[in-house]
Amino acid sequence: MKALYKLAVSFVLFSAFATAQEITVAAAADMSAALPQLVDAYTKKTGQTVKLSLGASGNLTNQIRNGAPFDIFFSADEEYPKQLIAEGLASKDTLYRYAVGRLVLWVPAESPLDVPTLGIKALLDPSVKKISIANPATAPYGRAAEATLRHFGLYDQVSSRLVVGENVSQAAQFVESGNAQAGLIALSHALAPAMKDKGRYWIVPLDAYPTLNQAAVVLARSKQRDAARKFLDFLRTPEATSLLTSYGFSLSGDPH
Amino acid sequence: MNWQAFWLTVRLAAIVSTLLVAIGIPIAYWLTYSRWRWKFLIEATVALPIVLPPTVLGFYVLVALGSRSPLGRWWESLTGHTLAFTFEGLVIGSLLYSLPFAVQPFAASFGSVDRTLLHASASLGHSPLQTFRRIVLPLSKAGLVTGFALSFAHTLGEFGVVLMVGGNIPGVTRTISIDIYDQVQTANYSSANQTALALLVISFVVLSVVYGLNRRPWAVGPWQ
Repeated sequence: MKALYKLAVSFVLFSAFATAQEITVAAAADMSAALPQLVDAYTKKTGQTVKLSLGASGNLTNQIRNGAPFDIFFSADEEYPKQLIAEGLASKDTLYRYAVGRLVLWVPAESPLDVPTLGIKALLDPSVKKISIANPATAPYGRAAEATLRHFGLYDQVSSRLVVGENVSQAAQFVESGNAQAGLIALSHALAPAMKDKGRYWIVPLDAYPTLNQAAVVLARSKQRDAARKFLDFLRTPEATSLLTSYGFSLSGDPH
Repeated sequence: MNWQAFWLTVRLAAIVSTLLVAIGIPIAYWLTYSRWRWKFLIEATVALPIVLPPTVLGFYVLVALGSRSPLGRWWESLTGHTLAFTFEGLVIGSLLYSLPFAVQPFAASFGSVDRTLLHASASLGHSPLQTFRRIVLPLSKAGLVTGFALSFAHTLGEFGVVLMVGGNIPGVTRTISIDIYDQVQTANYSSANQTALALLVISFVVLSVVYGLNRRPWAVGPWQ
C-alpha cells in the first residue's frame, strides 16, 4: 500500500514537472503547417516540448487579454503584439519580426482558370461562385484580402460572393475542399504539403494591401520566459529561417 | 443586437422544426409500432446527433456533400450551387442535428397511448392510419408540441455545424450564435451581452412552455 502511495505521489510530481517544462505557443493560422515542423526540429534538438494553439491573430489576442495561459504569441500582424506590449501583457524586448506574410489567390487543380496568368481578374469569371477569405474582423489575412479587392476595384463586384472563414486556415479549407472556387489565402498554405499539388496560385503583389508584418513575442503571464526566449532564439538560426522560407515566410516578403 | 442575424436564426429554426414534424412523425410512428428485431439499430441512428460532435456533422456536410462527392454533384446540377455557404445547407445540417429532439418526444408520446384504445378503434373498422390520425395523434399533442419546441430551441443554439459550413454570410448564414462569437472575438462585449441575453430569454421561454405542457396534473390546453 505504501509503495502504491509512493508511486502515485511520484507520478503526480512527475506529471507536474513535465507540464511545467512544456511551453505553449499561440500562433496565427498561417503558421499551421510551418510551425509544427519548427517545433519538431526544436524538440529533437533540445528535448523541450512545445504545445501549439492555432487561430486567427485577433481571436488569440482577445484570448490573451482574457488570461489565456500562453507563453509565446506568433501574430500574422505585428499590431496585435504591439497592442499587448502597450497593455503590459507582453515584453517589449522579446518582440521579433520573423517574416512578411504573403497573400495568394488560390484555385483548386480542377478549376479551368489559369490563375497565374489571369491574376486577380480570375475572380470575375462566372465559374467562380464563391470566394473564400478569412474574417477581416479578426484575421490579418482577411483584412489583406479585403484591401486587395478594393485596391483592384473589384470589391463591390465580388462582395456578394465572399464566404468568410473563421481564420485563414478555414478559408484555405473552404477552397481546398472545392466548396469555394477561389480563395484569398496565405502563401504558407499554398506551399504546405497538404495543398501544394492540389491547386494553382497567383501571388498578390505587396503594394495591393498593407504589409503583413509577422511577429512573435513572449507574453508577460508566462512562467517560463527563459524557455520561451530560447525558442524565439531558435527562430533566428539558419535551420529555422530556411524552414520558414520554404513556407514562403521571409523578411523581405520575397516568396522564394 | 443584430436583428438580421436574429430573424435569420428564427427563420431557420422555424423551417427546421416544421420540417421535423413532417419527417419525425412517420419515423416516430415506425419506431413505436415496428416489431423488426433490428429496430434498435435505427433507434441508435436517430439518437446519434445527441452524442455526435456538431463538427462531425459539419465535416460530412462540407466533404461528403461537397462538390467532389456524387451527392454534392447531383445537388449542384440541380440547384447550381454547393450546399456549403447556403441557407439550404444550414437547413439540411440542422435537420440532422435536431432530428432526435423531435423524434424522441414524438415516439415517447405515441408509445404512451393506451393500446386498448387502438384495439377498440381497429375492432370498429378503422384502418391503422385512421386510428393513428384519430386516436394516437390527438392524444399525443403535448409530445408533438414538445418535439417541435425542443427542435426549434436546439436549432436556435446551433453553432458548430454553422461555423463549419456557413461561411459567415450576413443575411444568409450568419446566425445569432455566430454573431455572438464574432462579437466576443472582437471584444465587443456589450453587443455580445445583449444578443446572448436575448437568446437566454428565448431559450428559457421555450423550455418553460415545454415543461409547462408536460406538467400533467395541471396541464392546460384544448386537448385535455
